[in-house]
Amino acid sequence: MIKNADQIFVLLQHWVMSFFPTALQPIVGVLLAVVSIICVFPALFAIAVLMERKGLGRMQNRYGPNRVGPLGILQPVADGLKSLTKEDIVPTSADAVVHFLAPVFLVVVVFMGYAVLPMGRNMTLVNLDAGLLFFFAMGASTELSVFMAGWSSRNKYSLLGAMRAVAQMISYEVPLLLSSLVVVMMSGSMNLGRIVAVQNQYSWGLPHWYIFTPWGFAAFLLYATATTAESNRSPFDLPEGESELVAGYFTEYSGFKFALFFLGEYVGMLSVSGLGTTLFLGGWSAPFSFLTWVPSWIWFFGKVMLSICVFIWLRGTLPRLRQDQLMNFAWKFVVPLSLINLFVAGLWRFMGDGFARWGVCSAILLIAYVGMAKVGMQKKHFGPRSYRYAE
Amino acid sequence: MTIVFYLIAAITVAGALAAMLLKNTVHCALALTVAFAGLAIQFLELDAQFAGFAQILVYIGAVAILIVFAILLTRGSETPKDGVFSKSWLAGLVIAALVFAVLGWAVLNSTSVLPGETAKPAVSVLQIGNALIGRYVLPLEIVAVLLTSALIGAVIVARQEKGSAK
Amino acid sequence: MGPLTLVQVTPLQGYLLLAAVLFAIGLAGALTRRNAILVLIGIELMLNAANLNLIAFWRYGPHPEALTGMMFAIFSIAVAAAEAAVGLGLVIHIYRFTHTTDLDQINRMKG
Repeated sequence: MIKNADQIFVLLQHWVMSFFPTALQPIVGVLLAVVSIICVFPALFAIAVLMERKGLGRMQNRYGPNRVGPLGILQPVADGLKSLTKEDIVPTSADAVVHFLAPVFLVVVVFMGYAVLPMGRNMTLVNLDAGLLFFFAMGASTELSVFMAGWSSRNKYSLLGAMRAVAQMISYEVPLLLSSLVVVMMSGSMNLGRIVAVQNQYSWGLPHWYIFTPWGFAAFLLYATATTAESNRSPFDLPEGESELVAGYFTEYSGFKFALFFLGEYVGMLSVSGLGTTLFLGGWSAPFSFLTWVPSWIWFFGKVMLSICVFIWLRGTLPRLRQDQLMNFAWKFVVPLSLINLFVAGLWRFMGDGFARWGVCSAILLIAYVGMAKVGMQKKHFGPRSYRYAE
Repeated sequence: MTIVFYLIAAITVAGALAAMLLKNTVHCALALTVAFAGLAIQFLELDAQFAGFAQILVYIGAVAILIVFAILLTRGSETPKDGVFSKSWLAGLVIAALVFAVLGWAVLNSTSVLPGETAKPAVSVLQIGNALIGRYVLPLEIVAVLLTSALIGAVIVARQEKGSAK
Repeated sequence: MGPLTLVQVTPLQGYLLLAAVLFAIGLAGALTRRNAILVLIGIELMLNAANLNLIAFWRYGPHPEALTGMMFAIFSIAVAAAEAAVGLGLVIHIYRFTHTTDLDQINRMKG
């Protein structure tokens, strides 16, 4: 009964597949999984948008939306209807083909990332051997759609926002890849199912999640920073800063195309949260060994929604970083720390089992963190003001 | 020769032709991205998964963006008044046609050496990793040095010198 | 089945012909376009065609378990990315002096 609850979606899929002839069964199985991903994650997007607006509102000492439905629950429905019925304005000097393709490309590429995430026991759509590489390849392709959106609008603000966004996303690709590389190094595989299986062991009731090790904790924090910047979320949301650039690279988009960009951003956020839980928080494994009777997919989605709550919390709390501060932070603080983390993870493996390695690794990471903060993050000293005349 | 091969080959060739024939430079760069994507799918058809995903990550995620940045920094989106093809375009076309003729003849006339269908190789990322550290460690280190020097060189070449006119 | 039934083509020859077509298109573009960046695009197409050749020979040749073709292609991807970066840096630098990327006009060594 417990096993059935855990595998309920797999059993449902096999049951529907059994109605079709044998030759068509693999296609039907894959189609079912794809359709369910396309239905579930936009539903989670609606919940996330509602949570964000109410959560931010509470953090800013106000109610969020509370008119549409009890406690504002039907707000996403109202938003969806609004964006579907708004007029779709395309500027006359805009490049129509590229303008149309940019949001389409973004949504397609962002949904492809879900193909390799293990959402429960035996619930991966495609169990690729180089699954992590596929996920990052899809993540790198989203930058191109941001550029396409900004350039095709023929608008100075859009182009500026797009350039900033692409520069930011490229700078934070490096720490993203480096912090995930530590997990690949320690688990020995790029297969996401295998990474979760390695973390699914318990000693004294506590799980072997990578976040509970010094290098894993540091890598998780670096990964969280890098993904916040990759999704253009606060405190890294200068490209879409509402007070600076109107709306950044999607200024000229209205109606359904804007909704597609919004969907793409949040679905991307859900996707990198899913990867973060897979790599560091143990994927679908339960936190304590006496809780393994709860179905695995509940743990996965619970951890993903917890990550979304942390994203919303960050947005409501931290001020926005300026473009040069953001790039400075990436190249002079996060990248060196990621490299030191790689070294520390190797040292962890080299020192063998025991308590000494906890102390040594934690000490090295703390010294590196404090040292880099003091050395790398020196403030610019502004001298006395000098005037440049036009001569 | 499956239908998938012909479809993806058509997309790739169409993307490459568009990349070389269109007037607007940014459109050329985007068509090049389509060609890269088509090639990545061809790599996947050839059971080279790692190479296919690396192609998407490096080419579409980095080289295409580099090209569009360079186009924007050099005002490439304005069409030149003399047309987009150089004065000696006919010579270039003839040379390319000759090269294709020679390559095509060589491919179609040397059938005897290799077998038609071979078994699918099962390559895991673990084998690639072992090969990189084992048999190919020297090329790996040389490529690392090359990438570092290219990084430093590109930054030095493209930076603005102090005191030069903007 | 397919357009090449006049000649019997093995899969390997199909891939090699596709690579030859891409190489010829890249070469034609590199030799005929005016803009320096489009010449670099042509060069990237040629490198990609060569990569396809390497992977096709790796797949259909003897000893695919030695991984030689795939390794060569991966290193080629890395080197091509480095070359694109340096080449585009050079184009930007030249643009600062001559204010044009038109190769028909950048034909004098004296600056």
